[in-house]
Amino acid sequence: MTHYILNISPVAILVHAAIPLTIILVYALVAIWAERKVAGFIQDRLGPMRVGGWHGWAQSIADLLKLIQKEDIIPTDASRFLFKFAPFMMFAASYAAFAVIPFSSSYIGSNINIGVFYLLAVTSVLTLSIIMAGWASNNKWSLLGGMRSAAQMVSYEIPTIATVLTVIVVTGSLNLMTITEMQSGNDILGFLPNWFIFQNPFLIVAFVIFFISILAESHRVPFDLPESESELVAGYQTEYSGMRWAMFMLAEYADMLLLSLLGATLFFGGWNSPFGDFMSGPFWSFFWFMLKGLLLVFVMMWIRWTLPRYRVDQLMHICWSILIPLSFINLVLVALWEVIF
Amino acid sequence: MVSAFKNSWITFKSIFTGMGVTIRHFFGPSVTLQYPDERAVLPKDTRAKLYVNIDDCIGCNLCARACPVNCIDIETVVATSDVDLGKTSTGNPKRFWLTRFDIDMAKCMYCDLCVHPCPTFCIYMVPEYEYSEYDRTNLIYHFSNLEPAMVAEVKEKAEKEAAEKQRQREEMMRKKAEEAKIKQMEAKKKAEENNSGENDAQSSKPENGDP
Ligand code: SF4
Ligand code: SF4
Repeated sequence: MTHYILNISPVAILVHAAIPLTIILVYALVAIWAERKVAGFIQDRLGPMRVGGWHGWAQSIADLLKLIQKEDIIPTDASRFLFKFAPFMMFAASYAAFAVIPFSSSYIGSNINIGVFYLLAVTSVLTLSIIMAGWASNNKWSLLGGMRSAAQMVSYEIPTIATVLTVIVVTGSLNLMTITEMQSGNDILGFLPNWFIFQNPFLIVAFVIFFISILAESHRVPFDLPESESELVAGYQTEYSGMRWAMFMLAEYADMLLLSLLGATLFFGGWNSPFGDFMSGPFWSFFWFMLKGLLLVFVMMWIRWTLPRYRVDQLMHICWSILIPLSFINLVLVALWEVIF
Repeated sequence: MVSAFKNSWITFKSIFTGMGVTIRHFFGPSVTLQYPDERAVLPKDTRAKLYVNIDDCIGCNLCARACPVNCIDIETVVATSDVDLGKTSTGNPKRFWLTRFDIDMAKCMYCDLCVHPCPTFCIYMVPEYEYSEYDRTNLIYHFSNLEPAMVAEVKEKAEKEAAEKQRQREEMMRKKAEEAKIKQMEAKKKAEENNSGENDAQSSKPENGDP
């Protein structure tokens, strides 16, 4: 099975904690820049061009420096402790979930047998921190944003979990490393990799539902109601400034990456190379895994600049009367397929 | 059930159509101009800033009169007879010193109406649009190239010449008046010689109305 690079010791634990953190931080800087670039290119603009020379690559770093210098404003009537605590809790929630993500064939933070379950459980703390931020701000926009977000995330967790369950039905394991290893090889039609998305037509449906739900869970357009700029100022982030706001931003991007990586693991073979044994190994597997995750992140950005936002009632309608029944029917169909074949 | 499938089909089709459009633009060229580094090539007749080729201006004031917002302010002084201001490049003789030629670009509305009346084509728009100022008075452009001292000298000279001319004219008038008197007297004498004895005061009335 998995061979660890590191044995468990205090130093090892620190290193284990630092690796995902480094990945998240580097990714967040790149992704924020990339998001603006993607927005620019899609709108026939250029996006940031000046900071750092080549295509404004240092723009996020400059923004970060700016945010560090900003005053940390706390509204008078805010609930001080909760207000200060919420952003860190939000980041902690998405960061903690990275522990069970198999980044490479030889690296996973914690190879526990309930990986998927742990991930879904930990990320639901996000909802709590958003409500905490919204309520503690003592601001109508924040509160409305927080409530919307709670409703949205609680609702969309159901189809997400149902579609994750469809994959679990196929794998019979909750361990993300095992799930990934089950997708090695290129056997489908002789050349396609053994990824779950290719294994079973119902899993394609499952992936579509999963992708729509993670869009909603990570508050991306067209489901960005909690922070819809044009209606709620900035939703639950309205009262935040400086580094606390940056923590929200970081957590949001981390969440986006987390769910994309989860999608890549469950449906696209995780760190498996699409060419079988060619270009596989610890480093290449990390490369393929990040590539798959970042491609999904790119699709999220692409959708953001394509679709308009849904209304709250439409959002709930999509979830409760379409996605949830469909995902459960799909779960049964996948289970039947597994029994028959 | 069928309608549900139909609706999903329509939804996904429209989503993918939209995503097709955006990805085409993603790979398409950008229209951004990196402004301080590159600049747009402006069309030939862009109205951006007025320029006066003061060497060609004959001071006719037509442009100032055409301007609907009175932002052109011209003061001219007649050139004295001892100087020759030369001709414009279009061949018109110049007869005035332009002691003031100010255009207030803050008032200008870029209507181009001042450009066309100019007989020597010396006021025109130039494609130069980066002239923001912190103080509005800096937007008044002074086109006259005369030094203040020169302006004073020219004015003084012109006044002197005008006074001289006035004096000359008065002298002429006086001379004329004297001549007329002499002529009148002579005429009177002649009339007396011609009509000796016959005394008719009415017929001796002078033609030029002098008493
Ligand atoms: S462009 Fe129009 S407003 Fe401006 S100076 Fe000429 S006539 Fe006046
Ligand atoms: S119309 Fe032309 S020549 Fe006449 S005063 Fe204006 S600029 Fe000078």
